[in-house]
Amino acid sequence: MAENTVKLHYNVDADDFTVAGEASGAVKKVLKQLGFSPEVIRRVAVAMYECEINMVIHANGGHIDVEITPEKIRMIHTDEGPGIKDIDKAMQEGYSTADEKVRELGFGAGMGLPNMKRYTDDMKITTEVGVGTVVDMTVFVNK
Amino acid sequence: MKLSEVKEILNAKVITGEEFLDREVKSAFGSDLMSDVLAFVKDQALLLTGLVNGQVVRTAEMMDIKAIVFVRGKEPTEDIAELAKEYSMVIMSTDYTLYPSCGKLYMAGLIPDEERVD
Repeated sequence: MAENTVKLHYNVDADDFTVAGEASGAVKKVLKQLGFSPEVIRRVAVAMYECEINMVIHANGGHIDVEITPEKIRMIHTDEGPGIKDIDKAMQEGYSTADEKVRELGFGAGMGLPNMKRYTDDMKITTEVGVGTVVDMTVFVNK
Repeated sequence: MKLSEVKEILNAKVITGEEFLDREVKSAFGSDLMSDVLAFVKDQALLLTGLVNGQVVRTAEMMDIKAIVFVRGKEPTEDIAELAKEYSMVIMSTDYTLYPSCGKLYMAGLIPDEERVD
């Protein structure tokens, strides 16, 4: 139902670690206000946060569109970054191309994409080297 | 375990959230790796870490972690403390390193049921 859909849009700044997580934090707040269960809220927040961090680390930022309905929450992360060369490798826990600077911040352990998959019910990645990446994730409310 | 007990056991200094020390924590997680925190932390946990930056507070917020102990005597900068205040989070600092900090809390009984090794 269109009238039951809440749509949110966020821009993610490149290379600004201090603000990475603001969009996920904001969505978390909205979901709380809408009365979703803590479990659903946490799954959405973590998946989105990991993705947001990735956009800052790897892709010069990008934008996120969130669609919230009573049945599901869909998050579409779009960037015009370098793309993912080897998606199978990127999905393996522990595989990372992040640099030392990122590791010092507590990330870049190769857990980002695996965590996103772990916390969502559906995840589609469309990526092209040199063009960009779209990560489309959905969390179903009654699952 | 109440946060006031955590403070006692670790001889910790409270940086923010003095008013929330009667909060209960049911488990603890010690790590400098925020991705692992995002992967493994369960309900009402206390985070112990030697990593000090804003992303620690944001990660904690994502996982509904309401208390962080910075080990090895580290203290957060003012902007990090401000962010924690915004989230009504308790931040403490202890001089112990990560291993003894976790060990002391474990010995004192802060063990979630599924992690009990008897």
